[in-house]
Amino acid sequence: MTAGRRGAGWLPAAVVAFAVLLGWEALVRLRGIPPYLLPAPSLIAQTLWRDLPSLLPSLWFTVRITFGALLLAVAGGVGLAVVFALSRRVETALFPLAIVLQVTPIVAIAPLILIYVESTTAALLVCAFIVAFFPILANTVVGLRSADANLRDLFTLYGATRWQRLRLLLVPSALPYFLAGLRIAGGLALIGAVVAEFTAGAAGRETGLASRILEASFRTEIPRMFAALALVSAVGVAIFAVFDWLARRLLGRWHDTEHPGP
Amino acid sequence: MSGPAPVLSMRGVAVRYPNGVHALGGFDLSLARGEFVSLLGPSGCGKSTALRLAAGLLGADAGRVERDASARLGFVFQEPTLMPWADVFDNVRLPLRLQGRPTGEARDAVMRALAGVGLADFAQAYPRELSGGMRMRVSIARALVTRPALLLLDEPFAALDEITRQRLDDDLLRLWRDEDLTVLFVTHSVWESVYLSTRVAVLSARPGRVVETLEVTGPARRDESFRASEGYVRTCVRASAALRAAHA
Repeated sequence: MTAGRRGAGWLPAAVVAFAVLLGWEALVRLRGIPPYLLPAPSLIAQTLWRDLPSLLPSLWFTVRITFGALLLAVAGGVGLAVVFALSRRVETALFPLAIVLQVTPIVAIAPLILIYVESTTAALLVCAFIVAFFPILANTVVGLRSADANLRDLFTLYGATRWQRLRLLLVPSALPYFLAGLRIAGGLALIGAVVAEFTAGAAGRETGLASRILEASFRTEIPRMFAALALVSAVGVAIFAVFDWLARRLLGRWHDTEHPGP
Repeated sequence: MSGPAPVLSMRGVAVRYPNGVHALGGFDLSLARGEFVSLLGPSGCGKSTALRLAAGLLGADAGRVERDASARLGFVFQEPTLMPWADVFDNVRLPLRLQGRPTGEARDAVMRALAGVGLADFAQAYPRELSGGMRMRVSIARALVTRPALLLLDEPFAALDEITRQRLDDDLLRLWRDEDLTVLFVTHSVWESVYLSTRVAVLSARPGRVVETLEVTGPARRDESFRASEGYVRTCVRASAALRAAHA
């Protein structure tokens, strides 16, 4: 039943997307808007198809940065969250620092990071990591603390070891929170990777989609800008879909978020 | 009370929480093997504190709490307190798992405990798929899976409807007989305490202590006819009066 509801849920969104594209196409054709102002979706699709060989390496680069940063954010965020959960004092000492990192706009820090970190790739990774890190940390900390008080007592009653408590109680309790954080962090890592690359203004072979957009903008190749932009959006949607699927797989039968209504 | 050493004994116990609440003071209670004792009192009189003390989840600020070291312990909370991510089987297996018992040996114990509460067919179900009464049964099966000698229950059926509650009361009495349990049962219901217990201990207002103990005489096997008997009603009236006097 849940699957049916979700399946049907795609339909309105697909209809809206199709209608928007159709309206856009019609507007461009009927008003005769030149492609250097606003290219029609059909032209963007053609450009995307034609330029795909030159865009794919950039796409791959951006995906690598995004997932590399995400991996670091998960490792760092979860690791630090476990430390926080074990010690309030460490949390009070370090949490403000994490907040400062979170609230400072990445565009403002990126130029500094690009100066201090020699390799551009590493700098991009650091930038994307900084934005993806906080939601994972914050959510996992809350999640680890969310374990039911009576269940904690039960574990105490039966003499659970620290390791048993972590593995059998704290980790499963934190899982829904962590997954919610991961979904947010996935999108943020992509944004971080693209924004940092804009700031870097890097050129050359080992660069991502942001550089392709910048280049196309210098040459006023507007359809190519849109084509690269479409790829960025596609990556974002794909990341969201993957983590949504993962959450459903992992929480499927037990968690209320996957079962709307009573 | 003379004779064999009590399974659980609390003498002159006092508990004061860091926030200043004086939960228990001069609390005396002793349970002999095979007894079914109810702690009766309104909310906030320290019943749960006494139970947590008995379980060793809490230390006393004064007095002595002694538990027969050979008596294994089972604890049933006010809520079912199940792990939502684990199915019924794994929930009931938890105590054995924490004690490092091998899976094969645990399987028989888990299935036996589930059969004891009439849920053998629900081993693969998840807690969210069960009714409130069934969840509480799972919770009881989990408490019994280690074959405890002493079972502590903290208002376990307070959130259930009357019919379900009476059914679980009867199940609990059956388990008490079949499993040779000593039971300490916390409740705010006069009717339930008298129906279940061999002895009802009435608690005072905070700081809680036992102000009156009522022996309940009744048939060895209690059922609906006991609920309608004169002895039952008379004991309920006495318990109510004691409760009112203690909380006037």
